[in-house]
Amino acid sequence: MQVKTYAEYASTGETPEVLFWVGCAGSFDQRAQKVTRSFVKILNHLNIRFAVLGTEESCTGDPAKRAGNEFVFQMLALQNIEVMNTYGVKRIVTTCPHCFNILKNEYPSLGGNYEVIHHSTFLQKLIDEGRIKITDTATFKGKKITYHDSCYLGRANEIYEAPRKVLEELDAELVEMKSCRTKGLCCGAGGAQMFKEDEKGTKRINIARTEEALETNAQIVAAACPFCNTMITDGVKSKEKQQDVKVFDIAELLAAGQGLETISL
Amino acid sequence: MFTILQIVLFIVLCVTAGFLAYKGYLRVYKNIMLGKSEDLSGDSSERLKNMLLIAFGQKKMFKNITPAVLHLLIYVGFVITQIELIEVFIDGLTGSHRIVFHAVKDIPALRFLYVFTISSIEVMSVFVFIATVAFLCRRWILKVPRLNKPELKGFPVMDATIILVSEIYLLACIFSMNTADMALHNGEYGFFVSNLLMPAFAGFGETALHVFERTGWWGHMLGVLALLVYLPYSKHLHILLAFPNTYFGRLQPKGYISNMPEITKEIKLMMDPSAVPPPVDANAAPVKFGAKDVFDLTWKNLLDAYTCTECGRCTAACPANQTGKLLSPRKIMMDTRDRMEEVGRIKAANNGVWIDDGKSLIENNYITVEELRACTTCNACVEECPIMISPLEIIVELRRNLVMEESNAPAEWNGMFTAMENNGAPWQFSQQDRLNWKNG
Ligand code: SF4
Ligand code: SF4
Repeated sequence: MQVKTYAEYASTGETPEVLFWVGCAGSFDQRAQKVTRSFVKILNHLNIRFAVLGTEESCTGDPAKRAGNEFVFQMLALQNIEVMNTYGVKRIVTTCPHCFNILKNEYPSLGGNYEVIHHSTFLQKLIDEGRIKITDTATFKGKKITYHDSCYLGRANEIYEAPRKVLEELDAELVEMKSCRTKGLCCGAGGAQMFKEDEKGTKRINIARTEEALETNAQIVAAACPFCNTMITDGVKSKEKQQDVKVFDIAELLAAGQGLETISL
Repeated sequence: MFTILQIVLFIVLCVTAGFLAYKGYLRVYKNIMLGKSEDLSGDSSERLKNMLLIAFGQKKMFKNITPAVLHLLIYVGFVITQIELIEVFIDGLTGSHRIVFHAVKDIPALRFLYVFTISSIEVMSVFVFIATVAFLCRRWILKVPRLNKPELKGFPVMDATIILVSEIYLLACIFSMNTADMALHNGEYGFFVSNLLMPAFAGFGETALHVFERTGWWGHMLGVLALLVYLPYSKHLHILLAFPNTYFGRLQPKGYISNMPEITKEIKLMMDPSAVPPPVDANAAPVKFGAKDVFDLTWKNLLDAYTCTECGRCTAACPANQTGKLLSPRKIMMDTRDRMEEVGRIKAANNGVWIDDGKSLIENNYITVEELRACTTCNACVEECPIMISPLEIIVELRRNLVMEESNAPAEWNGMFTAMENNGAPWQFSQQDRLNWKNG
């Protein structure tokens, strides 16, 4: 897989078009790594000159900030900003809504000013420009997809349509859950909940959301966030529906539509 | 003589109510000013637009059509009734009777306008009556879940009911006043609804009608004055505070959480060994991170708390609350307000000097650590609030205090913080392996 780091670009005096911010989940979480690879396949397929920071990338600091640890957040943020400003980064694309939100909204006042794009918007633009060609229609024929709104994409930054536009490209039926868009129900991972046990209650949040997804009878739940992906995958497993319902990122689905990826439904 | 007595009584009542109301609103203002300063000036055209659309135009209410329509009826009815109140007020001060009517009755166009206005008020009042009864039913018979949560037990439920019942009381006064007045003057005014109600008063003699008219008039007046005094103790205060609160509402995307500049300074010093730390001001108050009590929140957070109308739309949308966790964003707002009132009372009892009562907004029967930890920062509460309140901002400030001042975090979070500091990731992976995904 062809991936160049910013350092490699810099050593040849070239500048990439865009920095692909992989994020911690995309780098380390096995499920999210697959999404990272799918997205890279699309980028490479379209000859988009992107770079990653590789080992120079650190966590954006999102879970620390939202847990209340501003120290750890700012330490990481200032470090990341120093790296990016040294390379003269201008545009960033990321597959994680949490990275997207924090880079776009909270880095500027710390000195990190970039054009930050979530991969849903990025892919939608490529579609609008006519650069994406769907070749595999068989995989999705007659299938139902339901899209789960990520809080950090939707309410936090009002991106509701871009991921849906991406899914509309596929030859499948798009169905909505009971609560969607501004009313979308959280998967339960945000605010650093991903990293701890739930407080006591009657149900786990990811189960509540998975139930809504299952009610649509869709075979595919589409996510645009690695944490939502994990949460709903877990939910589907605990409902023992993993044979009938699969959770995919929009990048994986679009890569499959372009014949760059095979997914098993 | 009797007229003079009425005028004197009227003035005494108005002045007393005015004085009590003044004290009530001053208390609210002082309590809001307990908060930290925050500069929210500028962007006035965008802010004005928010205020007009969201407070005046009720835009966000219309996400949920039934309560939105009922609420709009009461709101419009309330505003338009104030027109009749002007005449009631002048009559009270001068001892006249329907002074405006008598001034315009010989000018056909103005007379029509007068009758039309009062008739519209009457028609609106009928709608207000229906809406109020519907609201009482939603609360007491249908038991709409968001109106029946534990944090509403006690005064809040009573408060809501008082407001709705006094609404009905005011309407009864208006109709008693107008219809009896019509009956006394053979329907001369031609008000639309009281014209229809007149037959109900047909059996009464002149004295009885006078009593009905005067009771309605005084009852209406007293009701309005009482509400004015009661408002600053009630969730109904939102009818006033919704305006400044939407004006000063956040303009950033909802995902934004403010950065703490005092921490930026410290970290920059840490990262740059050659930097000279600024001289330490021995008199400066020690920097405190996050909020433990109402003093540490901003005035806008406190304005939010007083503006909250306890509707519970936030709580109904909260994923934590929906799944049975203790967290309820409405309770965050109510606890903040109650603590603010408690602090205000202590200060007032000590000539404006704050005497530490050893309590704070965290625990002490206010917001518990368990509630604070359950928040996913999903912004559903902020999105739902019809008057731009942010429970999330308060939650984050309190979490900051727990984590940075009290080191009070679940063990998993502490592990996560350490991993982030050492490996640049919330998990125990080496930063050197960050590119390994490409080999998969
Ligand atoms: S941000 Fe927190 S309090 Fe508000 S709805 Fe989401 S989980 Fe509940
Ligand atoms: S914060 Fe807003 S939505 Fe929540 S109870 Fe108060 S007014 Fe209603």
